[in-house]
Amino acid sequence: MSLHRISLTVNHFPEQVDVPANMTLLQMLREKLALTGTKNGCAAGECGACTVLMDGEPVNSCMVLAVECEGAEIVTVEGLARDRQLDPVQQGLIDAGGVQCGFCTPGMLISARGLLDRNPHPDENEIREALVGNLCRCTGYFRILEGIRKAAEMESGTK
Amino acid sequence: MNNSHPGLPEFDYIKPASLADASRFLSEHAKESMPFSGGTDTFVRMRDGNLSPRFLVDIKGFDETKELSFHSKTGLTIGAAVPMNRVIAFPDAGRVYPLLVETARSVASYQLRNRATIIGNICNASPAGDTIGACLVLQGALTIHGEGGLRNIPLTDFFLGPGRTILKPGDIVIAIRLPLPPRNSAGKYYKLGRNKLSDLSIVALAALGYPDETTTSGFRFRLALASVAPVPFVPQEAEAILAGNKINTDTIEAAAVAAMNAVRPIDDVRGTARYRKLMVRNITRQVVSAIWNEIK
Repeated sequence: MSLHRISLTVNHFPEQVDVPANMTLLQMLREKLALTGTKNGCAAGECGACTVLMDGEPVNSCMVLAVECEGAEIVTVEGLARDRQLDPVQQGLIDAGGVQCGFCTPGMLISARGLLDRNPHPDENEIREALVGNLCRCTGYFRILEGIRKAAEMESGTK
Repeated sequence: MNNSHPGLPEFDYIKPASLADASRFLSEHAKESMPFSGGTDTFVRMRDGNLSPRFLVDIKGFDETKELSFHSKTGLTIGAAVPMNRVIAFPDAGRVYPLLVETARSVASYQLRNRATIIGNICNASPAGDTIGACLVLQGALTIHGEGGLRNIPLTDFFLGPGRTILKPGDIVIAIRLPLPPRNSAGKYYKLGRNKLSDLSIVALAALGYPDETTTSGFRFRLALASVAPVPFVPQEAEAILAGNKINTDTIEAAAVAAMNAVRPIDDVRGTARYRKLMVRNITRQVVSAIWNEIK
């Protein structure tokens, strides 16, 4: 199987990677770029543990081939905090106590970041619908939803 | 059966420069190549060992497959590379085809819908495909590019069995066209699942009802049931009952029972055949009644 050389941006840094056709974006991030924050849960696009932003939109990275990412901008959980400042979705989740084992957390944060980028004032149903594809076995979701509500309030400056 | 290792079996990735190049490649490598767009069904089937193409041909880059347009005379065109979220966000889709948007929103999750496509949902040909029922009742037709050039196929002629369609090696489905819906039509999608959102349906019904002066009842209902037969299922006798008899509670009940008797569901992890049949009756009754209240 031949290798494809792709150029893309990951967490605001340009990268050039040689990948086989059958390598997913998830595998490339974890195995070629040592960005292990993004997790493999199901390899079927159902659990959301592998969620990253691709050109600003949440995708299941297990369902994207690395070769499809030529020219793409990818943001993983490692790219949320900037200049040593946590992203509001991270701070909100911490403040709400919405992390237990932490395995779903990177995917939750990315889905939340994607939601607030496209809808800064989501209502309860919109938050829930945005997180349908991020499964959590620990928390029962309550505090995760609370964390996203807090993040929305922080960002929009309203309460 | 299900392999949760993130890797895919080996294959070669082909990104043709044009639709003509794609079609030529698929014809020349007919038995060992497949087109793909979002890949959200293809990759899963490859991981499960159900598909093993030597070549995957990326059809996302062409104007023809990226098209998403509405014309007030001819209707809606959705290209094969258009992710479901783009359709959901398209103002004319929500305004003119709310039933289609309702079914698309019930698929999987937001992040999956950024990759999954309606054409892919159709070509995967699962009887549970959520958007298929809406496309059937909205009288969709597929534009297919194959060895003989372009051809149009009504969606009703497309499905042969679970995962099987009339597509031949070398074919690429370019787009689906939905004509304008009938005037004053109302539609509804009822998806019964093990959870509120995202699961595959146990049973689902996409229904459209509208005034029709050519029928005895003065109305016509188009119905498409998911997960109750080897293919997305149109209960023709139920439709005939609603067209041929004055519509009231008894007619609707008769149609619901006819739909129940017509389906051939199986037992599987999501439900038993018996449960599915009973739910077909109840859901048909409920959905047709709701639409009737809107259009009468």
